[in-house]
Amino acid sequence: MKEMEGQYALELIMKGKRIDERNFEDFREIKIEKNIISKAEGSARVKMGETEVIAGVKLNTGEPFSDTPEEGVLIVNTEFTPLASPDFESGPPGEDAVELARIVDRGIRESKCIEVGKLCIVPEEKVWMVFVDIHIINDQGNLLDAAALAAIVALLNTKIPKIKDEEIVRGEYEKDLPVVFKPINIVVGKVGNNFLVDPNFEEEKILDAKLSVSVRDDEKICALQKQGKNEVSMEDLEKMVDIAMKKSKEIRKLVK
Amino acid sequence: MEEVKEKREVVLPGEFIGEKKGRKVGRGAYFEGEKVFSKFLGIPRTSEMEISVIPLSGIYLPNFGDKIIAIIESVELSGWFVTINSPYNAFLPLAEAVEEFVDTSRTDISRYFDVGDVIFCRISRVTKNKTVQASMNDVGCRKLYGGIIIKVTPSKIPRIIGKAGSMVTLIKSKTGCDIYTGQNGLVWIRGENKAKAIEAILTIEKESHTIGLTEKIEKMLGE
Amino acid sequence: MTKTEEKMIVNGKRIDGRKPDELRKIEMKVGVISRATGSAHVSFGNTVALASVHGPRELFPRWMQESESGIFRCRYNMAPFSVEDRKSPAPDRRSVELSKVIKLAIEPALFLEDFPKATIDAFIEIIEADGSTRVAGINAASLALAHAGIPMKDLIVACSVGKIDGTLIVDLNGKEDNNSECDMAVAMIPTKEKVTLLQMDGVITRKEFSELLNLAKENCKKIYELQKKALKEKFG
Repeated sequence: MKEMEGQYALELIMKGKRIDERNFEDFREIKIEKNIISKAEGSARVKMGETEVIAGVKLNTGEPFSDTPEEGVLIVNTEFTPLASPDFESGPPGEDAVELARIVDRGIRESKCIEVGKLCIVPEEKVWMVFVDIHIINDQGNLLDAAALAAIVALLNTKIPKIKDEEIVRGEYEKDLPVVFKPINIVVGKVGNNFLVDPNFEEEKILDAKLSVSVRDDEKICALQKQGKNEVSMEDLEKMVDIAMKKSKEIRKLVK
Repeated sequence: MEEVKEKREVVLPGEFIGEKKGRKVGRGAYFEGEKVFSKFLGIPRTSEMEISVIPLSGIYLPNFGDKIIAIIESVELSGWFVTINSPYNAFLPLAEAVEEFVDTSRTDISRYFDVGDVIFCRISRVTKNKTVQASMNDVGCRKLYGGIIIKVTPSKIPRIIGKAGSMVTLIKSKTGCDIYTGQNGLVWIRGENKAKAIEAILTIEKESHTIGLTEKIEKMLGE
Repeated sequence: MTKTEEKMIVNGKRIDGRKPDELRKIEMKVGVISRATGSAHVSFGNTVALASVHGPRELFPRWMQESESGIFRCRYNMAPFSVEDRKSPAPDRRSVELSKVIKLAIEPALFLEDFPKATIDAFIEIIEADGSTRVAGINAASLALAHAGIPMKDLIVACSVGKIDGTLIVDLNGKEDNNSECDMAVAMIPTKEKVTLLQMDGVITRKEFSELLNLAKENCKKIYELQKKALKEKFG
């Protein structure tokens, strides 16, 4: 049954076409909404075609890690909520959800896009903890790019609450979260001799190879993760990185 | 007689063992284009007709024609399921086990073979997804009474048997035991001196690749 | 592990005295756990990984069985005493992710179709962690699988590369891991030069990526020779 789901997509791709008549290097239509959740310090909803993801950012105060006593803390979590797909189950995150959260986390963390040095309240005692929670609402493929995009948009629109008498005053804000880069994640897939981006749900099932690349504004690569079941040649990896870097520039233009 | 070369050198998974040259690529080997590679850590065997590799370790996977020792696991309506020291079990149909006509509506076939019975039989069929059938229709196939069974690495069985059966005959004559060796790595032994026979067999398994093993076993059994 | 302000490369030598392209002392031994079908011990300097393989064995529950091919399961775990600050025995998110990527790194080399309906289970335990644990684990699991007589296209070999103080290095130890500008883990099918695992975090240019990939390939070849030697020693 599972294999059949991708069969038609595979046939089309081998003829040079995609189910939704896109070119191999086209993303689906992307819709971005900012600040959709008033109770969150920052939030965003991203739709890539029918794939839908909501990211919410909540700020709390807490103790810093002992090896970075004057830096804020970033925590990224993902929920593959059962409402989004018949393949998701209730309960603690499975390995796919954990992997996705960690890849999004690394894209943000390694790019140093959040100036964590500016999130210190009392050195060694109190810093801002930035919780990025990603909720999958509909899985029609390429959750990773949608989640990473939602996360960075949410962070760019996050405001730090005021602190009065050592208490956080929700709803009143002091300043913006200091975010200086816009890391963009691009997943590149390979089917036969064709490279494609933004694989939809059916296409994901028949990819021969899959590489996730996170690229910063200055064209530096911040994170890489090979995904998928098959081996890939070194030449193909180089080609996929090139495609990801090119697409990341386009997608970044959508982010404000 | 077809010449089969069995080089003593050990090959590793992925190691190149020869050009295909129209030969059959047998067990333990795979090919890409004209080049044949080993699937196992093992000993390559090449002949004019076939290239294959015997693994030095690993569990038993059933193959057509193997003579094995099996244990009755369950009694069914028209046959028995038997365990064969593999992730797969085999089915022994009634017709392949009993010569006379049996009216299954009246007879409880456990009178022929019951759960726990040990048999020496042959693998008569293996399908692609490893559904296995066994048969007693062959020379030497029989129920084995009494005795005990030990497990060894299946790929060591040929060494335990020896050239033309020389090693197992040596053990049988020196210990007075009855011994049946199954290609599936099970060895059945019956006799008063079975402890000695078992020690010899386990020594062969452990030191199968060493030189002078036959002499060592002779000495061990001579005492 | 703490970050440090000190320079990681002084006079062309790393903090443990190695040159940038030098691997740590590597030890590999096969057949260390008698109850396992296959097993191996691999250490890179102070990083120690044990791997054991059970199977192929019958897979339960039955509904998990694939009628056309076997399945491969892999678990990566770090012992609580393997790190400086005791790690809770419960599987953490990192171990969950690594179990997944390591399984995907090894699977392409296995002939799963040779044992339908069965399962092969590999377990990796990191006994001591000093950087590049997933790499040591993959090298150990690969040896354990060959030792277990699992049919494979080839061994899988892995190594870590990275960038520190602007220099590209090989086989990162724990301190380097925490203070590097980039660390990258690569696993390959060595004779076919195909990549089965690639994970990188840090900040690198496009060109540095190519250089690191090639550096990984060269060092995987060296580690492969050590794997072959360890297997032949056991059975030769």
